[in-house]
Amino acid sequence: MSAPYLEVAGLRAAYGDIQVLHGIDFSVAEGQIAVILGANGAGKTTTLRALCAMVSTQGSIRLAGEELAGQRTADIVRRGVAHVPQGRGTFPDLSVEENLMAGAYVRSDAGVRADMEQWFETFPVLGERRAQAAGSLSGGEQQMLAIARALMLRPSLLLLDEPSLGLAPMITRSLFEQLTAINAAAGTTMLVVEQNASLALGVADVAYVLEAGEVALSGPAGELAADANVRRAYLGY
Amino acid sequence: MQVLASVLGVFDISLDKLSNGELWLAQFFRGLSDGATYASVALALVMIYKSTGFINFAQGSLALLGVYLAYIFSVEQGLPVVVAVLCAMVASSAVAMLVERVFIRPFPPDHVLPLVIVTLGLLLIIDSAVGIVWGFRTRSLPSMFPSGAPIEWGIAQLTWRTIGNLGTVFAVVGLLYLLLSRTKVGLAFRAVSSNLESARLVGIRVGPTLGFGWALAAAIGTLGGALVVPDLLLEPSIMLRVLIFSLAAAALGGLDSMVGAVLGGLVVGLARNLLVTFLDLSELALATAVAVILVVLLVRPTGLFGSTRVERV
Repeated sequence: MSAPYLEVAGLRAAYGDIQVLHGIDFSVAEGQIAVILGANGAGKTTTLRALCAMVSTQGSIRLAGEELAGQRTADIVRRGVAHVPQGRGTFPDLSVEENLMAGAYVRSDAGVRADMEQWFETFPVLGERRAQAAGSLSGGEQQMLAIARALMLRPSLLLLDEPSLGLAPMITRSLFEQLTAINAAAGTTMLVVEQNASLALGVADVAYVLEAGEVALSGPAGELAADANVRRAYLGY
Repeated sequence: MQVLASVLGVFDISLDKLSNGELWLAQFFRGLSDGATYASVALALVMIYKSTGFINFAQGSLALLGVYLAYIFSVEQGLPVVVAVLCAMVASSAVAMLVERVFIRPFPPDHVLPLVIVTLGLLLIIDSAVGIVWGFRTRSLPSMFPSGAPIEWGIAQLTWRTIGNLGTVFAVVGLLYLLLSRTKVGLAFRAVSSNLESARLVGIRVGPTLGFGWALAAAIGTLGGALVVPDLLLEPSIMLRVLIFSLAAAALGGLDSMVGAVLGGLVVGLARNLLVTFLDLSELALATAVAVILVVLLVRPTGLFGSTRVERV
């Protein structure tokens, strides 16, 4: 087995005096989809924010062998890490097209326009509203826009924080189908925080369960889906 | 009729004045000219407000510094006025970037109150520093535009200066629009204004982007100062008065609208000149600006063109 693409060791994070992550370890192999489960307040969102230096951290975060800890957000993005934050990941005052242009902000290659058209094909509703202000889109459309915005980076690692939040079940399912298709086509490594555990475990390769800022359980997604404790706590059967 | 006459009496309005068409036209032109200068400083305020959500009270002071530099470059060093003003715009941008880096960036950009207090402090420091360095004696800065008036109707003159002031403001708005809508740095600037966290997450360096906004605003403010000062005299408190009229203009326009800032500036300029002339309120000229701010806040807090954010849930 090759060395993991993302390897996190002893990651601690705090908001002021409040310690949220108490030294967590996890890893994701290249091209895999990993899911982080856990109750509210377990530190899932903080974990993703820590990877992008959006919160002060200690510990090691290695991406393709290179240390990210201590780097600034803008530099981590230039290493190919895209982050879809929870809720509002868009620029409400900018048009749909401008949102995607902003997503490609660090790119200087000629393929930006073509990528934009590609995501308009994948998410046709965005194409129909390309000149509209992002703030006027529905919640589901905004979530699609946030994801398309992140993909405009051509990321090697995509971090998704609750992509299904506020979406209808049908839309959530098709969104996850899109994500697995993108993962298969581009080989994008993904780390997903998700409330809808059964759906997330269905598409993920590996899973981690966070409890009170520590990794309580980890393993292949299929095994965790069969685990009696996980089923009772997160799957509800 | 008697009631009307007594009301007019209170304000010392003479019907002769009111029926003097040339006087109206003359004040209309003056109002446009003043309004253009308020508008340009208001544009600078709007730039910072859009990106950071607070009024930069030091805006007038940076412009003051710029105008003094323009005075040094033109009157003392003998450069042509237009060149001197351009140099002063560059120099005040550099100062603004330094000020932003040292005094503004250490504070979290989403905590507005400490930042407002800092800009108030900067206003006092810069105005005083200008007074210490250059003294409080009044000076005069020549205008960038030729004297004289190509169009005249009796006492009403459409002067080159009025035309120049208006032309400058519209040119600035046009260039700003192109910069913000057509360039990458403009996109970054608007992205930071719209969603600070997402701007970070797409790799925009927020600090330097806001520094760029400060530099641009200082250049525009300096230009505005160079338009307004030839009508008055240059002394260290001059821009404070302009700032109040410009604040009124920006508030009227909606604080985050560039078009609003320009129209707001023109309306405030016209209102000021007409009120002062026809109601004989020259002592209360400044109060008209404050009255505009008050009325806007009471009646229509988003101003004429301010955006109430469109956001669906």
